[in-house]
Amino acid sequence: MEETLSLLSFGPDGWGDQIASGVLVTMGLALATLPFGLVLGFFLALAKQSQERSVRMAAEIYTTIFRGLPELLTLFLVYFGLQIGVRQLMTMLGFESGFEINSFVAGMIALGVVFSAFASEVFVSAFKAIPHGQYEGGDALGLRRSQTMVKIILPQLIRIALPGLGNLWMILLKETALVSVIGLPDILRQAGIAARVSKEAFLFFGIACLLFLVLAILSSIVIGFIERRVEQSEVRV
Amino acid sequence: MSVAKKLIDARMPPPIMAREFSKTRVAGLLMMAIWLLLGISIIFFLTSEWDPEKVARYGPRYLSGLGVTLTLVSISIVLGALLSLPVTYGRMSSSAWLSAPAYGYVYFFRGTPLIAQLFLIYYGLGEFRPQLQAMGLWGFFREPWNCAILAFTLNTAAYQAEILRGALQSVPRGQFEGAQALGLNRFVIYWKIILPQALIVALRPYGNEIILMIKGSAIVAIITVFDLFGETRRAFSRTFDFQTYIWAAIFYLLIVEVLRNLWNWLEARLTRHLKR
Repeated sequence: MEETLSLLSFGPDGWGDQIASGVLVTMGLALATLPFGLVLGFFLALAKQSQERSVRMAAEIYTTIFRGLPELLTLFLVYFGLQIGVRQLMTMLGFESGFEINSFVAGMIALGVVFSAFASEVFVSAFKAIPHGQYEGGDALGLRRSQTMVKIILPQLIRIALPGLGNLWMILLKETALVSVIGLPDILRQAGIAARVSKEAFLFFGIACLLFLVLAILSSIVIGFIERRVEQSEVRV
Repeated sequence: MSVAKKLIDARMPPPIMAREFSKTRVAGLLMMAIWLLLGISIIFFLTSEWDPEKVARYGPRYLSGLGVTLTLVSISIVLGALLSLPVTYGRMSSSAWLSAPAYGYVYFFRGTPLIAQLFLIYYGLGEFRPQLQAMGLWGFFREPWNCAILAFTLNTAAYQAEILRGALQSVPRGQFEGAQALGLNRFVIYWKIILPQALIVALRPYGNEIILMIKGSAIVAIITVFDLFGETRRAFSRTFDFQTYIWAAIFYLLIVEVLRNLWNWLEARLTRHLKR
């Protein structure tokens, strides 16, 4: 018991500080991916409802690809693909460089792209739930289309999409663990290093699981809070 | 009183306007052009780098990897379905002694990443080698394949239990009461009345779960099971040829799309009596 505690303590003998930094990296990655994925997903949803067939098709192709690929494969495609692509571009332009992509950035791009593909579906179904009269009301008030979108549609859209987006956030949080495979020092990687050095694999991977659980519980508390906040503006019948 | 003798001529309909090149249209065409360019360049890349020797060497490996992925997923899904039955029973039980552990089980396996569960089982249980050897279970846990099956089964059982529970609860209570009024016993009620209705609701989530498992199964490559992704990684580490990953992407997209369309067809077929 005492041995276990000293293994988990902060400081030079214990792994507490490494794992704590892993928690920060995991949360940082998820939080950095979220806005990127949300914005991209929102515009994809707009594209899917466009009058133009070509716009709709382009968005559908995007979703089909990134919903169908395993996240790990997407991650590797981004990580190696971007690296090789940029290097080839550099040599074509006459530069000689060993360009290496940061695993955090690669993770952010890959997870954000996957997140946006799923988020666009959530947004599309939320758009469908908003009656047409809301747009007409905006027109009648003489608002521009962008103003209608931001002031009338978006606040309702967020309220309707929130449960779906909450689920996607939980999935995103779990998917960040995959980025440890390309060397990001997140919870799982730090736990893996600690496990290898201390030969206490069950303890450290168990702790990694528990930390993910704690993050999930915290998220559900925060999402519940936001939902209650947003519901205040809802019409009470 | 005068009567109008001549009616006003009907006005001509507005002329059909040519579809103008609006900004959205240009943007859409541009995006399609980018996709097309990307598709063509991938095809060009794959054909220009086509190497019969590599294909002969790695092609069969990819196919065997595909087989491993599909076998792994089917075994886990079936075992998970069996395991999900007692978990669902526990979840729906009114006794806290049954429902609390079932809830904890579901919460743990749905709240933590599959890859962490896999590591916990493969590396974590490997640490208890003497105890496992004493119990005669070491032969099982030594193999990454068995550990992968165990982890995936436990994981998908938690998800499937929630799917099943949601579907069972979506069947109106009156169906149960009606069946009871007919004097049927519980087994017949569930087997003949509740389950057929619940499974239709559960069909789509089950399909999604299978797709999620296929995508999620790529992580077994990390514990040295050579599934489709494992073979891809091995081929890439030997050739440093990026087309290995592109082929994997094509394979995965194919499986997922085939499965998705199959499921749409299945759903349309099984719910045809509900169409009005």
